Amino acid sequence: MTQHLILLPIVNQLLVAVLLMFFYGKVKTQRVLSVAGSVLNLIIAGLVLQRVASHGFLTLQAGNWQAPFGITFIADHFAALMVLLTAISGLAVSFFSTKTIHVKRVKFGFFPIFHFLLSGLNGAFLTGDIFNLYVWFEVMIISSFVLLTLGARKQQLEGAVKYFTLNLLASVIFLTAIGVLYGITGTLNMADLALKVPQVENRGLVHVTAILFFIGFGIKSAVFPLYFWLPASYHTPPAAVSAIFGGLLTKVGVYALVRMFTLIFTDDLFLQRMILGVAVMTIFSGALGALVKNDMRKIFSYLIICHIGFMIGGLGMMTETALVGAVFYLIHDIVVKTNLFMVAGMVKKVTGKQDTRVMGGLYSTHPLIALLAAVPLFSLVGFPPLSGFWPKLELFRAALTDGFYTTFAFLLFGSFITLFVVAKMWKRVFWGEIITPLKQGFTLFDDETPQRKLMFLLPIVFLACVSLYIGLGANHVWQLSQTIAGELMDPQPYIEAVFETLNSAEYEN
Amino acid sequence: MEILLAVTVGLLYASGMYMILRRSLVKLIIGLILLGNGANLLIFILGRISKGKPPIIPETEKFFIDAYADPVPQALILTAIVISFGLQSFAIVLIKRAYKVVGTDDLDEMNTTDEEI
Repeated sequence: MTQHLILLPIVNQLLVAVLLMFFYGKVKTQRVLSVAGSVLNLIIAGLVLQRVASHGFLTLQAGNWQAPFGITFIADHFAALMVLLTAISGLAVSFFSTKTIHVKRVKFGFFPIFHFLLSGLNGAFLTGDIFNLYVWFEVMIISSFVLLTLGARKQQLEGAVKYFTLNLLASVIFLTAIGVLYGITGTLNMADLALKVPQVENRGLVHVTAILFFIGFGIKSAVFPLYFWLPASYHTPPAAVSAIFGGLLTKVGVYALVRMFTLIFTDDLFLQRMILGVAVMTIFSGALGALVKNDMRKIFSYLIICHIGFMIGGLGMMTETALVGAVFYLIHDIVVKTNLFMVAGMVKKVTGKQDTRVMGGLYSTHPLIALLAAVPLFSLVGFPPLSGFWPKLELFRAALTDGFYTTFAFLLFGSFITLFVVAKMWKRVFWGEIITPLKQGFTLFDDETPQRKLMFLLPIVFLACVSLYIGLGANHVWQLSQTIAGELMDPQPYIEAVFETLNSAEYEN
Repeated sequence: MEILLAVTVGLLYASGMYMILRRSLVKLIIGLILLGNGANLLIFILGRISKGKPPIIPETEKFFIDAYADPVPQALILTAIVISFGLQSFAIVLIKRAYKVVGTDDLDEMNTTDEEI
């Protein structure tokens, strides 16, 4: 029975989504149910991680079909942690949506789709079967299409066309890669693939498959030549939607890349060099993009791309220290990016504007919001005790000790530009002359009741606290990242866990 | 038979790619549909085509004694077809709506998202 705990994060979100559909037009009930479901999911995700930490990997063979034949679900520390981070971001965004998503959008089914998206995310993290991963990716992207287009404004639809085309193309490439991999190995189970791929004699075909996977996941995680859909679409939907997209969707791509290239396509110098090359170009182009943009959410979109490069770079270096850095960065980035897009929504709510050039004086008019915004912004830069500092330190250390000097230079460049961009934004938005807010068809923050004001700020406070914990309690997070990196470097326990499930299940009965 | 199918897969991928690169929204969707079908057919071939060998274990035996037709690729294709059907219907509604709201089906004119505010 305890093994079934692994399915709960997926099933819980699915049930919440289905339940929400029964209250289709009822806005208040939907809001309460969504937050309640997210809280429940946070508890479940905490339990899963606690169980993995105390009892080792959780595995479940769907329908009791033994490992390489059936669909396997497996939660190692990495998957369990990602589920927990999804739950944290999901709770914050769900709470943020209750006040910021317009009633009309809620009536068109915002909340059920939001929970389907989270269900797909959890599924993608927990599955141990590559075709099942494809299915969860589809669950996720179809939900994201609906969230992106809900409301159907001109800008949203134009952004959605680009987002849709490139994500669908990524899915087709991913499916092609699965087909070729099945053709050469005859299996879909990831642990089984880890055993069989190294035995394939036709290395050329394995390389091609690996690159197909890299392109497929690369489009989804917005790496260098494939990221153009991201800055074209992430600033168009409501702030809550961009928050969940910016926090989690690209990171699933990174998660899948880390899984594929540490478990299945390992020990390959050519692939590592390719990943490193793509990573430095991603850092470079993301940083330059962020420099020239003025829309707050567009700046954050480019910063996402820049920081994806950090994580992919950690993967490309392929040493234990580098993986610790990459995993730690992933933890930090999910929380901070979700929070930043909510802050951008908040700033728009206060000023009525998106263009940073025409804002100013928020620090003197709303010191509390400025303080709240300072936490994720300074964490992003990597201000010493805050959360961005530690993973960057780890990545720099990895690059220097193993002689990846070019990567080191680009990491430094990316960090420096991030600092510059954030400083510029801080100067424009929070310092300077006080500028009167622009009325734009929604109630401005200052005209809201104090109770509603508090509701707007609570999710940002919550994520700021999580980010402070990651920074100040870095020791715990670092240990966890260390465990994860150890598991990624040595996939043997993962493979054994998948193949021994049935025996242990019999033992328990 | 395999060569014929392989050539068809190649043609589907090539024409799909070509259509995606066109400027018209409708051709873009047609390209995506062709690519999806190409991928499905590719999985079908990679499951090895065999004639008259059902994956059934004879009553007298305990395991397969002969080569058999692999049922997994067909299950995969079935799933992939259902998913792509859903995505395609969404795509068609999306382009219809985008055409109505933006007033053009030329992708080069859909660039307000990249402009500065």
